[in-house]
Amino acid sequence: MLVSVYRYNPEVDDAPYMQDVHIDIPGGKDIMVLDLLQLLKEKDTTLAYRRSCREGVCGSDGMNMNGKNGLACITPLSAVVENDKLVLRPLPGLPVIRDLVIDMTQFYKQYEKIKPYLINDTPAPAIERLQSPEERAELDGLYECILCACCSTACPSFWWNPDKFIGPSGLLQAYRFLADSRDTATTARLSDLDDPFSVFRCHGIMNCVSVCPKGLNPTKAIGKIRNMLIQQAT
Amino acid sequence: MDMVTSITSFGRSGLYDWMMQRVTAIVLLAYTVFMIGYLLFNPDLDYNQWAGLFQCTSMRIFTLLALLSMVAHAWIGLWSVSTDYIKPTGARFVFQSVCGLLAFIYVVWGVQILWSI
Ligand code: SF4
Ligand code: SF4
Ligand code: FES
Repeated sequence: MLVSVYRYNPEVDDAPYMQDVHIDIPGGKDIMVLDLLQLLKEKDTTLAYRRSCREGVCGSDGMNMNGKNGLACITPLSAVVENDKLVLRPLPGLPVIRDLVIDMTQFYKQYEKIKPYLINDTPAPAIERLQSPEERAELDGLYECILCACCSTACPSFWWNPDKFIGPSGLLQAYRFLADSRDTATTARLSDLDDPFSVFRCHGIMNCVSVCPKGLNPTKAIGKIRNMLIQQAT
Repeated sequence: MDMVTSITSFGRSGLYDWMMQRVTAIVLLAYTVFMIGYLLFNPDLDYNQWAGLFQCTSMRIFTLLALLSMVAHAWIGLWSVSTDYIKPTGARFVFQSVCGLLAFIYVVWGVQILWSI
């Protein structure tokens, strides 16, 4: 099959280019895209990409495969290859450091903004802050996010305003803490989100939902934040 | 948290703009439905009847409301488009100024037309 990989090493290349490689998959097996990258790297050791857990847990190998963002380690070739061809690019919208490795600073800054930790001013109980099973269930579909950035880098609103729009990933996390029964900073969290960009740049395009490798739904969380804002303001 | 500020948006609050966009859309929808209905139920409309409709105070209020809604709706929408796509501050400011000026002209012009019927 033909693999076309985005290559850019700012130390030697004037501009990014696509490197075409013909490769035979050993035994014709339906391997994962990450395994394919390993085969490519054996041929050309200068190829750079991130990976760690190789089982969809760490979130480091998010990339754009035939036009769709996803985790290379849990994406089988059969799910993305078309006409025996695969185009691999870095996640779109963020600066490229080298080849498939992007600079995620902007993404993490948005994450930092939403204060991704429990805030509770009441005295800490002796053991732990308890939640009822129902309260705990509110966090399902939120806490599973692995911050892979597949969603935010698929979102046009994030491409145009990555410094002002929190993006689907950060907003899913924002709602995770708004929905937490143990958190007491709800009012302050909401007033931090009330400007025209942070939440309201979401136009419900739903690219985020269609790419999330963990099957999460940022658009739904964003809708819930909006409802909380409306409730607080009316 | 570094606050995101925007001095040129309609209500300076995302929620306010968002709500405004929905409310004005409903007004515009109501006005459009009314107009289509009126034209359908009055197939042989003449000038006097048409002028009579707009001489009625309630129709003037409704029309002015629709005009203001359209201007607010357009401003919020175009402001949003300009902050997405026009990155140089100078060009964005010129675009927003032109939009604001046009909106103002349309309102004055619309009022003049409405009250001269
Ligand atoms: S639904 Fe909102 S956050 Fe998700 S991709 Fe669309 S604009 Fe972005
Ligand atoms: S919501 Fe999904 S796509 Fe977005 S960062 Fe979290 S796990 Fe990745
Ligand atoms: S290598 Fe960890 S998510 Fe793919």
